[in-house]
Formats: sequence, C-alpha cells, structure tokens
Amino acid sequence: MKILVTVKRVVDYNVKVHPKADGSGVETANIKMSMNPFDEIAVEEAVRLQESGKATEIVAVSIGVSQCQEVLRTALAMGADRAVLVETDAILEPLMVAKLLEALVEREQPDLVILGKQAIDDDCNQTGQMLAALLGWGQGTFASKLTLGEQEIEVTREIDGGLETVALKLPTVVTADLRLNEPRYVKLPNIMKAKKKPLETLSPGDLGVVPMTQLTTLKVAEPPKREAGIKVADAAELVAKLRNDVKAI
Amino acid sequence: MKNILVIAEHDHATLKAATLNTVTAARNIGGEIHMLVAGSDCAGAATASAKIPGIAKVLQVDADHYAHHFAEDLAVLIAGLANKDYGHVLAPATSFGKNLMPRVAALLGVTQLSDIVGVENADTFVRPIYAGSLLATVQCSAPIKAMTVRGTAFAAAASEGGTASIETVPPAVPLGVTRFIGQELTKSERPELTAARIVVSGGRGMGSSEGFKLLEDIADQLGAAVGASRAAVDAGFVPNDCQIGQTGKIIAPELYIAAGISGAIQHLAGMKDSKIIVAINKDEEAPIFQIADYGIVGDLFKVLPELSAELDKLPPA
Ligand SMILES: Cc1cc2nc3c(=O)[nH]c(=O)nc-3n(C[C@H](O)[C@H](O)[C@H](O)COP(=O)(O)OP(=O)(O)OC[C@H]3O[C@@H](n4cnc5c(N)ncnc54)[C@H](O)[C@@H]3O)c2cc1C
Ligand SMILES: Nc1ncnc2c1ncn2[C@@H]1O[C@H](COP(=O)(O)O)[C@@H](O)[C@H]1O
Repeated sequence: MKILVTVKRVVDYNVKVHPKADGSGVETANIKMSMNPFDEIAVEEAVRLQESGKATEIVAVSIGVSQCQEVLRTALAMGADRAVLVETDAILEPLMVAKLLEALVEREQPDLVILGKQAIDDDCNQTGQMLAALLGWGQGTFASKLTLGEQEIEVTREIDGGLETVALKLPTVVTADLRLNEPRYVKLPNIMKAKKKPLETLSPGDLGVVPMTQLTTLKVAEPPKREAGIKVADAAELVAKLRNDVKAI
Repeated sequence: MKNILVIAEHDHATLKAATLNTVTAARNIGGEIHMLVAGSDCAGAATASAKIPGIAKVLQVDADHYAHHFAEDLAVLIAGLANKDYGHVLAPATSFGKNLMPRVAALLGVTQLSDIVGVENADTFVRPIYAGSLLATVQCSAPIKAMTVRGTAFAAAASEGGTASIETVPPAVPLGVTRFIGQELTKSERPELTAARIVVSGGRGMGSSEGFKLLEDIADQLGAAVGASRAAVDAGFVPNDCQIGQTGKIIAPELYIAAGISGAIQHLAGMKDSKIIVAINKDEEAPIFQIADYGIVGDLFKVLPELSAELDKLPPA
C-alpha cells in the first residue's frame, strides 16, 4: 500500500493577514509560513498507517514556489519516505492543483491519496473532491476516522448532523478533518534525518500540465469592523438589556 | 443568458433550510432558476421545491443510488445537466454542498467558488478568505459558474406561493465506488444550529460535559441551540457537529452567548455576523470582548446559574 499525501505551504494560522495597500491581493511578504494544519493531520495519518504496518511507502507532494521545500522537509521529518515538489510561481486554483495531482497519481500509482480538507488561506475546501472526480475515484471527505481493509477503506465523515460512515473502493481519495488525529511534534534527530531523504523537483510541464486560471481577483478588503460594546455588572443587568434595549429575548 | 440550476439539499421528504438561502443568491444573479431534487422517493422534497416563489421548474430524479446523497453519483448527474443547459450551478455551503460542488466543477472542467457571501453581477462574486479576515471580490471567466453559497449571507426565500412545474429526469449511471455503512446523527429537541434564532455556546472554560449542562439549561429556557468552540469539541464536551467556526458551522443568529470562549479568529469566523453577541469570560483581556455587545467579566460557574435564575424571573415577552 502506497500513500500519496499533499502538503500546502500557507500563512501560519497565528498570523493576522492584511490586504495589500492597493487592495489587489493579500500581503504575504515577510510573514511566517507553515504547513497547512489539515495537511499535518493528513501526513500524521499516513505515518500512522505505515507504523501499523498497513502502508509501505509515503510520498509527500507540494505544489508551489521553491520555498515549499520547507513544508516537504517537515513532512519527511514526520515520517514520509520521499518528497516531490512541483515547482511553479503560477497562481494555482484548486482545479489546477487537482490536475497536477492527477498527473502525479498516474506516475506514482498510489492506493490512497490523503489531502487536508481545506487550505486555511483560500478556505476553498475543493482540491480533494476535484482530484477524486478527475480520477473517477471515490472521495472520503472530512474524515475523522479511517479503517483500512484489503479492497476498501472505511471512512467516518464529519457531516452537519453528526457522523456518516462509508466504505470506499481502493484506490481512493480521503480528506482529513481536525479530529482524525493529533499530529506529532517533530524531533530534532528526525529533522536531521529528513535532510537526507530524497526530494525531487518537477515542473508542471514535466507532468504535461499548463497552469491556467479562470478567476481574477478584483479586490481584497477587510470586512467591516465590529465595535466592542459595553461591560455589564451581572446577569440581572444583562437580562434587562437583552429584554429592554435590544429585545433579543 | 443561460438558466441557473440550484441543487436542493433535502432528506427526500423535506427541504433543508439552507436551500432557501441559496435560492436568494440565485435570484441575485438574475435569470430563470431551476431546482434539482435528486434522491430516492423524493416527491415530498420536489413538491416543496415547486412552492418556492421564483423557481420556474423543478427537476426530480428518483433512484436508489441517490438515497445517501453520494457526491460520486450526484456529480455525474449534475455535470450532465449543467453541460446541456446551465450557466450557473449553486449549492448551499453545507457539508453536503461542500462535498458535492467541487466534484461537479471538476467534471465540467471549471473552477469553483466556495462560500460566496455576495453577488456583484452574473460573473463577479464576493467570498471570505483567511478565516473571514478578508473578503475577496473575484470575477469568474468559466463558461459554467459553479459555487457554494453561505447561508448566513443571504435571506431565506419564501417557501410558499410558487407554482413551478415538476419534470421527471432519468438518473445517471451509478459510479459504484461508495457503499453506505451507517450514520450517527446527533439527536436533539433543540433547534438546528444554523437555523436557530438564539445560540448559546461554550468553550474550553466549560471544563467538562457536566459543565455544559449549565448552558443546556439556558438553551432550553431560551429555546436556543447549543454551539461550541473547537477546543470544547476536541475535549469531547459536546459532539463534533456543534463546532462553530472557520472549519465548523457558520451561523448568524439574533443572539449569540459565548461562555468560556477566548475568541480565536477561527472561532469568530463562524459567528461574528451574529446580531447581538454576549461574552462571559473570567479574563477581561479575552479577544471575544472586542466584538461582544455585552460582556460579563466573571466566573461562568457563578454567572450562568445566575443568568438562569434571572431568565426564570422574566415575564413572558
Ligand atoms: C486549522 C484550524 C482550524 C480551526 N477551526 C476552528 C473552528 O472552526 N472553531 C473554533 O472554535 N476553533 C477553531 N480552531 C481553534 C482556535 O484556534 C482556538 O484554539 C479555539 O477556538 C479555542 O477554543 P476556546 O476559546 O474554547 O479555548 P481557549 O482559547 O482555551 O479559551 C478558553 C477561555 O475560557 C475562559 N475561561 C476559563 N475558565 C473560565 C471560567 N471558569 N469562567 C469564565 N471563563 C473561563 C478563559 O479565560 C479563556 O478565554 C482552529 C484552529 C486551527 C489551527
Ligand atoms: N499547492 C498545493 N500543494 C499541495 N497540496 C495542496 C495545494 N493546494 C491544495 N492542496 C491540498 O488540498 C487541500 C485542500 O485545499 P483547498 O481545496 O485549497 O482548500 C489542502 O489541505 C492540501 O492538502
């Protein structure tokens, strides 16, 4: 069983982002970047499947600028065996990421692809579903539990009303939700070891894909700010205000 | 201009509320609106759809393989329909729509817009990015515009008064890669989170699921739904589907009461459009106070029982 796992380099979740002065995009110069949190969960799950003897090889993939090597090294330090960077400066919509991943899947022939459910920069929540569509595979999205069998994988999915469990034929696509696992901290010796693991760089052209976009960002702005209100002394005052001033109860 | 297709979310018998908000977004685009109701024995949902004012035609598709709303099977059907007739395809940005719509878009070879909160015109839309810290206005050049719609950003369309025709459409061939095993749905007498007028929500500060009982009492007094922060859900105080935020549910009730929640940006992403926000927190520096209309600085284990007692005293409105 071979697993392909995707890692996106995004603005760290603790950083507050701002629009560029001219409103043309998001200011990302000189700010802390990290692995997308959902992708840490995806890598962790792959590593656990390998540690339990169910997976034999884990290939981590990132698509983007050359600095994406950093998140790939983190994935290698967590336990991935090798890494592939599809290097490009192009603006990547999820459909294009999915097309590049489709080409990589043809090349690597994994039995399982694990992605994060959502990138916390674009908040799209699309790439896994798109990849599954292009491959004609099933999609176990928003996964909070995986049980791997021989021909099938059972995926418990977080849905609006609770949980749903489905069995998907392998090979298949899974997207990781927050409660699938808790990612490990990488230890220093593993960071050192990761430096020696193979990291291959490809271009979109190597995969026969020409990046293109269908969206133009016209403007990026901050939403209207909400003003802080007042402090009230106790529950009695709160109830009086809610009843009399704003008629909310 | 080509027609607009709205994908109904339903339980075969009735429509899910978010479908009505999606219809309003479709109306803002302008054009003839058709609604797809694909399910198994879904005449009830189709009849309900036909009553929504502004819907010109309902397409009803009945087949066993649509019983569990698998995206794998629905996407083939929807892409087939969209390719023939439609310029826009919309679904609610619920777990149903988020699972389905990107798959439809990829089959059509088009980009997808997630979670739109504004319609500027037929090809330009507004959507939140970075947990709602920013709003992006984007223009879409794809021949078919596929998108999911954030329910809280659009008023619900009326559910009575329309007289659309219902047309039966044949199902697409099942893909057969997915098998349903089971569901564990959270049972509750309380209103549904995304539709509730009042939501009381707890965070790590609630301490335990027993602690949450304090909030549940207040929820019952107010006829409210119960929500939670990720920390409270991760700690197992309440079920996963209570999570409010960037990666949970997005809500905008009339009144949101947050107890023992610090106000991380990922949480605010899910509730900052609530009309009135109340925060109860023992830390007066907690960021939640920066957006709260009314704040009480104090120990929630003292404040919540007092609040409950005050609500008991309240004469009916
Ligand atoms: C990728 C990603 C996605 C995320 N998505 C979400 C999401 O969708 N929703 C979400 O909520 N979070 C999300 N988070 C987590 C978020 O960053 C915060 O960690 C989380 O919201 C914190 O929850 P909390 O406020 O309950 O806990 P804390 O931040 O620990 O705050 C607890 C608060 O309770 C107060 N308190 C404690 N005891 C008492 C008491 N006795 N009386 C009164 N007050 C008390 C404390 O003063 C504190 O302010 C996400 C994080 C990541 C990285
Ligand atoms: N450029 C990228 N490189 C690697 N993985 C990506 C990239 N973009 C998206 N992904 C994967 O797809 C998931 C969902 O992303 P999105 O659809 O953009 O929200 C992420 O969590 C990643 O696992």
